[in-house]
Amino acid sequence: MQQHIVTSYEEELNHLTAEVARMGGLAEAQVADAVNAFARRDVALAAQIVERDVRLDALELEIERAAIRLIALRQPMAVDLRRTVAAMKIASNLERCGDLAKNIAKRSLVLAETDPAGPVTRSIERMGKLVSSRLKDVLDAYTSSELEAATSVWTRDDEVDEHYESLFRELLTYMMGDPRTITPGAHLLFVAKNLERIGDHATNIAEIVHYEITGEDLPDQRPKGETLT
Amino acid sequence: MAAEGNPLPHDTQLRPPAVAAHTPVANAGVKIHCQGVSAFYGDKQALHDISIDIPDRAVTAFIGPSGCGKSTFLRCINRMNDTIPGARVTGRIEIDGEDVNARSVDPVVLRSRVGMVFQKPNPFPKSIFENVAYGPRIHGLANGKAELEAIVEASLKKAGLWDEVSDRLHQSGSSLSGGQQQRLVIARAIAVQPRVILMDEPCSALDPIATARIEELIDELRRQYCIVIVTHSMAQAARVSQRTAFFHLGQLVEQGSTEDIFTNPREKRTQDYITGRFG
Repeated sequence: MQQHIVTSYEEELNHLTAEVARMGGLAEAQVADAVNAFARRDVALAAQIVERDVRLDALELEIERAAIRLIALRQPMAVDLRRTVAAMKIASNLERCGDLAKNIAKRSLVLAETDPAGPVTRSIERMGKLVSSRLKDVLDAYTSSELEAATSVWTRDDEVDEHYESLFRELLTYMMGDPRTITPGAHLLFVAKNLERIGDHATNIAEIVHYEITGEDLPDQRPKGETLT
Repeated sequence: MAAEGNPLPHDTQLRPPAVAAHTPVANAGVKIHCQGVSAFYGDKQALHDISIDIPDRAVTAFIGPSGCGKSTFLRCINRMNDTIPGARVTGRIEIDGEDVNARSVDPVVLRSRVGMVFQKPNPFPKSIFENVAYGPRIHGLANGKAELEAIVEASLKKAGLWDEVSDRLHQSGSSLSGGQQQRLVIARAIAVQPRVILMDEPCSALDPIATARIEELIDELRRQYCIVIVTHSMAQAARVSQRTAFFHLGQLVEQGSTEDIFTNPREKRTQDYITGRFG
């Protein structure tokens, strides 16, 4: 795209996008680390994740302020307006991802004190890797403005949902087998739910990227896995 | 089917809700229909084959860089270009289905039907009252003094100026502030019961408060009139208009609802212009 006539305006817009990309990198790392800390029962890593979450909160605030400032002082129009609003919305989705990663880390700290759950843990780890890669894909789509890549994350959300469904059943069976596993089982269920939510945020971001690039919304109905029964 | 003992009187039931008095004016129909309009100043072609339908009871904004033809096009609508030597307009412009360039149309009558407000307020060097009364008087719209006074009062009220000038109607129009003068000129245009009001950068000489007053006035007037405004201020076009047309190099590049033009324009040239990327 052609450059703005006003260079400082161009720089502010680029700065905003760069900050969102930076925040995306951080959120991505938090989620990936949370999955690792959970799978490897790595207490030190889990504690670090909890500590690092404040950085995401601070970045969200910074991006929001920069976007509001840009709207007030530059009155962005058309693609610039969409870009500014997208930055703000993506930042808030990333902040939520960070919270969910932090929650996984906290639960990992608790789970590290209990007996390993074996195959269920590995299923959750696989789901975690899948969700991490979705988040990475959508953030790559954002930084490179690739519409197809964003749409592809959006259409593939059902895989994450299906994963969650089967984990849900697996965990119920696990808890029914031995009531002593209910406490760790409940934590594991929340870990899986958090991952599913992170997948939803990745899908939200895909929708925002689509709007930023095209100015059009994706249809209301996205492909959906089966509902909870 | 009504259950017995229903507490509601029979005739209040199952009746469609009354139609609101202020129904939206979105579908008020086409006021100005333009088909294949081209304009020339001598050998130079200033407008290329412009076709656009301008709705009634709505504000349509013309935007575009200087020299893009938006003002020329505006001036075609009330045949102001007739007064420029060497200017020539082809194509068809209809107001309410009537060809404005037809031989039978008297440009003086046309211009009373199509009021115009310019960048710089241009009150006549007469009293406030006379500025507004002049048009209705020469067009014979008032029978007697009382009726004329009523028209002046109504016009000044519609223009949002009455409260500020009612006690000094016989002072000179040029004694008013710039923003007041602009509203006086709008009152003068309204006084002859126009069908269309054209505005060529009506706020570019005004401060933000006076601008806001004019914009508020435009929003009031659009309930009754077809308004076309040429503006260099993107923000103003976005604020006051419902439809926007973008001109560039004498061509109409894109037209659409103002919301679409400013959030998601279809044409790259429009996008580059409104976002400040024009090379």
